[in-house]
Order: sequence, then structure tokens, then C-alpha cells
Amino acid sequence: MSKKIKSILATDCGSTTTKAILIEWKEGRYRLTFRGEAPTTVEAPFEDVTKGVLNAVMEVEELSGRTILNGDQIITPDSGEKGVDIYVSTSSAGGGLQMMVAGVVKSMSGESAERAALGAGSIVMDVLASNDGRLPHEKITRIRQLRPDMILLSGGTDGGTTTHVMELAEILAAANPRPRLGQNYKLPVIYAGNNKAQDSIQSTLGEISDLDIVDNIRPVLERENLEPSRDKIHDLFMEHVMAQAPGYKKLMSWTDAPIMPTPGAVGSLIEMIAKKEGISVVGVDIGGATTDIFSVFEEKFNRTVSANLGMSYSICNVLAESGLDNVLRWVPFDIDRSELTNRIGNKMIRPTTVPQSLEELVIEQAIAREALRLSFIQHKAFATSLKGVQSERTISDAFEQSSSGKSLVNMMDLDLLVGSGGVLSHAPRRQQSARMLIDAFMPEGITQLAVDSIFMMPQLGVLANIDKEELKDDASQAALEVFDNDCLIRLGTCVSPVGKVKPKSKMAQVSLTFKDGSTKEIEILEGSLEMLEVPYEEVKINVVPSRGVDVGAGKGEPVDSVIYGGVVGLIFDGRNRPITLSADPSERIDSLLNWSSAVDEYPKGDLF
Amino acid sequence: MAHSYTPGLKVLKKTLFRKERILPLKGKVLVKKGDKLSPDTIVASTNLPGNVQMLKVNNILNIEPRDVVDCLVVKEGDSVKKGDMIAETAGIFGMFKSSVDCPVDGTIESISESTGRVIVREVPIPVEVDAYVSGTVDKVIEKEGIILKCDAAFIQGIFGIAGEKRGELVLVSNSCSDELTPDQITKEMAGKILIGGSFLSLEAYKKAMSCNVAAIVVGGFNYYDLKAVLGYDLGVAITGTEQLPTALILTEGYGSIPMSDATFDLLKNNHGNEASVNGATQIRAGVIRPEIVIPISSASESEDSFSKEPEGIQEGSTVRVIRSPNFGKIGTVSSLPSELKKMESETMVRVAEISIDGIDTLIPRANLEMVELQ
Repeated sequence: MSKKIKSILATDCGSTTTKAILIEWKEGRYRLTFRGEAPTTVEAPFEDVTKGVLNAVMEVEELSGRTILNGDQIITPDSGEKGVDIYVSTSSAGGGLQMMVAGVVKSMSGESAERAALGAGSIVMDVLASNDGRLPHEKITRIRQLRPDMILLSGGTDGGTTTHVMELAEILAAANPRPRLGQNYKLPVIYAGNNKAQDSIQSTLGEISDLDIVDNIRPVLERENLEPSRDKIHDLFMEHVMAQAPGYKKLMSWTDAPIMPTPGAVGSLIEMIAKKEGISVVGVDIGGATTDIFSVFEEKFNRTVSANLGMSYSICNVLAESGLDNVLRWVPFDIDRSELTNRIGNKMIRPTTVPQSLEELVIEQAIAREALRLSFIQHKAFATSLKGVQSERTISDAFEQSSSGKSLVNMMDLDLLVGSGGVLSHAPRRQQSARMLIDAFMPEGITQLAVDSIFMMPQLGVLANIDKEELKDDASQAALEVFDNDCLIRLGTCVSPVGKVKPKSKMAQVSLTFKDGSTKEIEILEGSLEMLEVPYEEVKINVVPSRGVDVGAGKGEPVDSVIYGGVVGLIFDGRNRPITLSADPSERIDSLLNWSSAVDEYPKGDLF
Repeated sequence: MAHSYTPGLKVLKKTLFRKERILPLKGKVLVKKGDKLSPDTIVASTNLPGNVQMLKVNNILNIEPRDVVDCLVVKEGDSVKKGDMIAETAGIFGMFKSSVDCPVDGTIESISESTGRVIVREVPIPVEVDAYVSGTVDKVIEKEGIILKCDAAFIQGIFGIAGEKRGELVLVSNSCSDELTPDQITKEMAGKILIGGSFLSLEAYKKAMSCNVAAIVVGGFNYYDLKAVLGYDLGVAITGTEQLPTALILTEGYGSIPMSDATFDLLKNNHGNEASVNGATQIRAGVIRPEIVIPISSASESEDSFSKEPEGIQEGSTVRVIRSPNFGKIGTVSSLPSELKKMESETMVRVAEISIDGIDTLIPRANLEMVELQ
């Protein structure tokens, strides 16, 4: 089969590091062949992002022996030994895309606007709404203080009342906001509200801002229409925001597809994979300052950014929000509380340090569990069905408390949980990553676990979004194949029955049939955690839950499925949901030590 | 990993200190190039646009938004005083009129026919920027402010709270490892900048605030005591706007940690001199560290005095361990192995072999900080 694309160069310009990857068509499939990285050069003294890109590409050149650069030009197309067929890039340098969104009702058009902005990969600095409880002058002060890159204004259903959305527009006009970067251009404003107000919006905001009008984000209450707003955000990100950042004009002239905001690219890849495989996915990226969570449930994509939950810059905020007790419940030894808070404080003010002792590692991973748990709580609250939708209720619904705005996140439906970010990707043992994901997200039923070892998802996301007709099939095939073969490190599968049973009694009986035909029987006991080392290969599983226990097919209903092992293997989690730890310190420590030992989480020694 | 180690903070005996003093909005610069400045000299001023009041005139008069224009007795751009009538209905045969009075002094900024609102902009708020440090004007940035320059001793802290303060430096602790205790702080120290050693307790900090001490520079403070000072848990290290009588600058970190000799000696040698400090800290991209600036006359130090940027860690460098175990200890680098080494935590990292109190130990390079020796 002849391929139009034989080699692809992709970069991701992060706020500290620029990463380059080379993907090549080899032996009938696309594979990641080389990668390189270099410090990002957006800030002084370089102030030109392309320098960091060239340095990262040069590293790829050195490792691969392939000539990709001619001076500061990327050679295209691939002529065998030289050049690459396409070059794409994402960027989150310079603080990424920072937006402010506005909607009439906070939980309706405000939330839809927030969803569109987050989905496009931006950080939402604030959500203004007519009913957010702030007085007009407080809103105006806030807009002036924040100086966003872009504003998305929505509100009202098509043909409905225009008064409220006009009031918001007048507040924006009175604030006369200035963009964050550059003094010589007007702030981009996207209007995605009631179509009846478009003319009035034009006359109110047309002069003071760079106004774009797109289709209503919520044309009727029952339907969200995020696509036009998301596309417009991406266009404006390129035209205005990126064009102001040093070196980006040059970088934009090199790429074969528009530069995407990094989280926007990751989100679009996750959405594509969920769609292709027909599965539900949760992806998490835990960084130093923020934690991003992406999910696809019921074919609906959601992304949230927990702006102040991270492992270094905002580590103290994790402590403040979760409380010291919640962190310490994961630590199987006694530690002086005041000394611990000082240690965590010191990590915040010296964010680049690494855990040298095992004790420090255990504490850091305890904090990570809490950061992930809190971020996921925020995500579940945001990833909901549309609020404000009227539905007919029959007598059978009267006993159900469900209403509009119900969370879409159903852990029993979750098929794949992917983690990335230093604390998950670089944990010394993969078992630690698996434990952090399980303890924080508490998957139910049968769930596959993976980590993105070098955070390649952004580059693959932008690749999957190439829309040039002659290239798009090859590009999306490359993105999917590399995602499957090289991007993910498959940790294994977690089997977690859920239901009320007596302590230490049987929750489920598991029968496994391996590739070589051998079989194994496992009993999952309440409160236990067991691991079976199985490589990444198919395993047939039959789970028969006890009465009142669910593993995905309903209480007491058996499940037959095919699951996969991985670098960790199969984990059988009988700790029920939510995972509760004993209030008695010695019982709690015993349980923690048993669970750690069952999955070989930490090296044996004084602590374990 | 983006950084192989944390570069040390600056501790400079003499440097050419430059500082931008810029208005938040364009305005007027009040000084010219070469002018001598004292910390209190106002270098630029402007007026921030006043707050906005939105009057729902249609609701108050009970009329349609589009009819508001007909009832207004003011137009866009008019100056108005508090209590002035801005709109009135015709009433019935000139009777039963309703009216709207302006709630503040200001200007009519806009009138909306679609929502019936009248926007009144309050009078501008004057803003002034002072020089902060004694020096001269190096450059005038038209309509925005100036760049000031002076010869100064310059020290960066690791973390601080509260913004700009100035005062005379007073050495309180006798050694860099002494705690600054409450009984050492007296009312006579109002307006001064106190130099401590290893630690400041919450009690001592409260005493300093009650005595109106301008600022304290000390090695360490307990993280959990910050809540009692700030009233909230400090989640991210972004500070500077706290309204506190006494700024706090930590040179080493949280806990009891002796101030580095270089920092302590430099502060000690400047006992009695005027200094300007700023506790503002921002630990994110575009990092801002708290600072202590002590202007010195050019003649007071020889030209070859120490004034250079921190260098990377090399064999023989004096370093401090900035993470447990051995946190706060000072040692000398004996070798820098190039290969990755496995730590107790099983993390594979680049390390430095350092000698602490004569014992060689391996420490991740990321957990070391250069100590600048003068």
C-alpha cells in the first residue's frame, strides 16, 4: 500500500519544554521512531519560539541520522534520506489560551460557553453571568483585572428575549477590556447567543472589540451547539493570540495544519479514540500547577481544568482543599504534622525538587491521590447533561431523583482510564501509577488502565485534525496507530466489584482463561487487593458477582468479557466503592501495607 | 526535566540595580532623566477610570427601554452630580411625574435603547507611583513611568508576604542560626527592617506587627502559621497584595533554617543603612522573588566587589540541600557523575556527590541550590 505520508514531524511547545517527535511509515504501519526535546524559547532572552523548536528538531536529527533541517527551514517533502512529509505543532507556551466567558444564566448558557471554551483547550479565567450575584461594577472591575486573550459571549435561545444578553454586552463595553498580549490590536470577542440580538451586539461591541458572530451555542434549551464556537476559538487563537507571541508567525508559516492549543489537541484525540472504539474514556494530565481531565461518556466529550490543583506550584492548595488528614490517610507511617506541612510548603517555593527518600515519594504520591480525587470531583460536577431542560416525568420517574443536569460520568461504564503528567508517568514503579489512578478515580467493574509515558497525545491530536483532503486519511491513521503502539503504556486491567457484603466475605468469583489455554480461578474478598502479573495480551474473563454485587451487568449478574494485562497486570480490587479507610490508625496502616505489598508497590525495607 | 538544578538566589554585595516604576495605565511622568530620587519621590501619576454605575432607568420609571431616551434630561458625555435628575417622565397633564436621580458624581458614559440602562462613570481615581529606592532616573518611558538605577547591595529571598516597605536595617539576631524571639522586638523598632537568623515564630511576627516594624528578613517561618497571619491557607505562592503592617521575607524557606552566611553577613554589614524591601512573590512562569535593596554610594565599595550572576554547580561548588533528607545542610560538591543514579525512592536522577560535615553523600542535582560565596 503506498502512503502519501511517509514521515511526520510534530512538536508541542509547552511553557517550559518543547518536544519533537518523528513518526515514520515502517513495515506496513506508522511508528514513533525518534523524539527530542529542548527548553522553550518564548520568554526573554530568546523571545522566539522557533529557536526551541529547531533545537528539539536538531536532537531528533542527531538521534535519527535523518536530515530534517536546512538552516532554519524544515525540509519538505520526504525524499528518502532527507526531510519530512508534514510538520504540525501544538502550543501551550506563554500561559496557553486564557479566556473569559459570559452567559445569561450561569448554569445554562454560561456553562455551555464554558464547555465550548474548555473543549477548545483554553483556561477559563471567569464565567460572567447575569445571575452570578455580582454587581455590574464588580463585573467590570473583574474583566479589567483579568485581561483575557479572548471573550466568548453567549446567552438566550434563538428568537427569545434579548435584554439580558444585551446587558452583558453593555458591561463588556463599559469595561473596554484590553488583550493580554500586544497593545496594538482589539480584543477578540465571539458572540454565540440569541440570533435576534446580533445587530444590537454589533453596534455595542463592534467598535471596541474585534467581534465575530457565530451560531448560537444554545439555540434551544434542549440542544447545545458547541462546534461553531470551538472552531472560531481555534481560528482566533491562531490569528490573534498566537500571532502576538514571539516567533509564532514564523512557526505558523512552517506548519501544514493550524497550530492547536495543547489541551484542545489532547481532547480531540481522546474524543476520536472513544468514537472509533465505541468506548468511554477518562484522561487526566496532572501538572505542576493544574490538572486537566478529559472524558467521553455517552459520546459526549467534556474537559475540565482544575486551575490550582497540581504537584508543585499549587501543591499547598491541594493540602488546603483536601485537608491534611485526607492526605495522611494514604501514608502508612506516623509523621510530625507540622514538619510535613513545612516540607510541602518548601516543595511549593522550590518546585523543581524531586523525592529522594522513599518517605518523600510516598507523601508525594499521597498528595497526588488527593489532587486527582478533587479534580475528578470537579469534573463529575461539570460533565453533566444539559441543565434547564424540561422533561416529562411519568409516575415511574417519581421515585428517581434524577433530573436535568445529572453527571454523565458513570464509573461502571468506564472502559479506559489514561493518566499522564510527571507524578503518574515518571513514578519509579508502574504499580504506583496504577494504585494512584485506582485510589483517586475509583473505577468500578472492568476498566483498562494506561499512562502516556512522554505525553505524546498533543502531537497526535493535532495530527488527527489535519483537514487537507489528500492528507487527512493517512494523518489520522498515523495518529491512531502511534497512539495504540507507542503512546500508551498499558498498565493492565482493574476488576472492581461494587456492592454491600459483609467484611472479608466473597464479592465475586473470577475465572480467567489465558492465551495459552491455561486457566485460573480467583476469589475477590471484600477489603482485599490482589494482583496477577499478566503481560499485554488477551485474557478471557468470567466474573460471577455475589448477591447484591455489580461488576457491570447489574447486581448479581455475571459478566463474560475479554480483558488485557499490561506492565502491571490484572488487579482485583475488593475494596468496594467508595474506598474507605479505617478510622483506627493501626488498622488503617495494616490495610495500606497489605495493599502495597499485594501489588509490589514499594521496595521492601524499613517502611514497607 | 527542564532544570537540572535550582539556581541560587542572588546575594550581591554591589550591583547596578535597575527598577521599572510603571503606571497601571498611561499617564504623566513627573521626573526627567538624571533626576535624583528619594524612595518617596512621586515619579508618575495618572487617573484610573472611575467605577461604573448602571441605572436601570426603564425599570425605575416603569417604561419601555426604547422610551428611555425621550425621558432623559442628560446626554452622553454630560457631567453629573450626585442628586442631579437625569430622567423624568412626562406624567399625566404634567402631574404624577416620576424621575431618576444620579446616585454619584460622574459622567454619563452611555445610554442604551435596547436595555434602557444609563451608565454613569464615577470620577477618576488618582494613582501615583513612587521611586521605591533612592537613585537616579535612568530612562523615561513616555507617559508610562521610568527606569530607576542605583548602586546597591541586592538580596533575593525565597518567599515573602506584603508589598513594598522601606526603613533602616537593624541587626537583631547575633548569628545566622539564632531564632528572632518576641522579647527582642521593641516599640523603638517601628518603621525599621529587622534582620533575624534562622527562625521567626508566629508570636514574634505578631509582636513585630503590633510594634509597626516595617519588615523582617529571616531564614524560616512555619508554613502552617501563615494561615493565622493571612486568614486563609496559602495555596499558591503568589503574594504581594497583603495589607500587613510588617512585610516578611524568608531567605531560606519554611521551618527553622539558618540564614546562609553570605546573606547574613551582607545584611549585618549594612546594619544602620536604609533599605527598600518588597515581599511580593510569584512562583510561576515569569518568577518573582522577594527582594532587599540597599542603595550604596559608589565610593563605598571597591569596583571589583562581587557582582555576578549565579553560575551552574561545579566540582568544588558550595551547595545547600533544598529537600529532605539533609534539608538545609550545606556541603561541597566532590563529583558530578554523568550517569543516572537510583535513589532510595527508586527514582532515577542525575546526582551530585557532596560532602556534608566530612561525609560523602549522593543528592539529586534538582535538590541542590548554589550558595554564592563573596
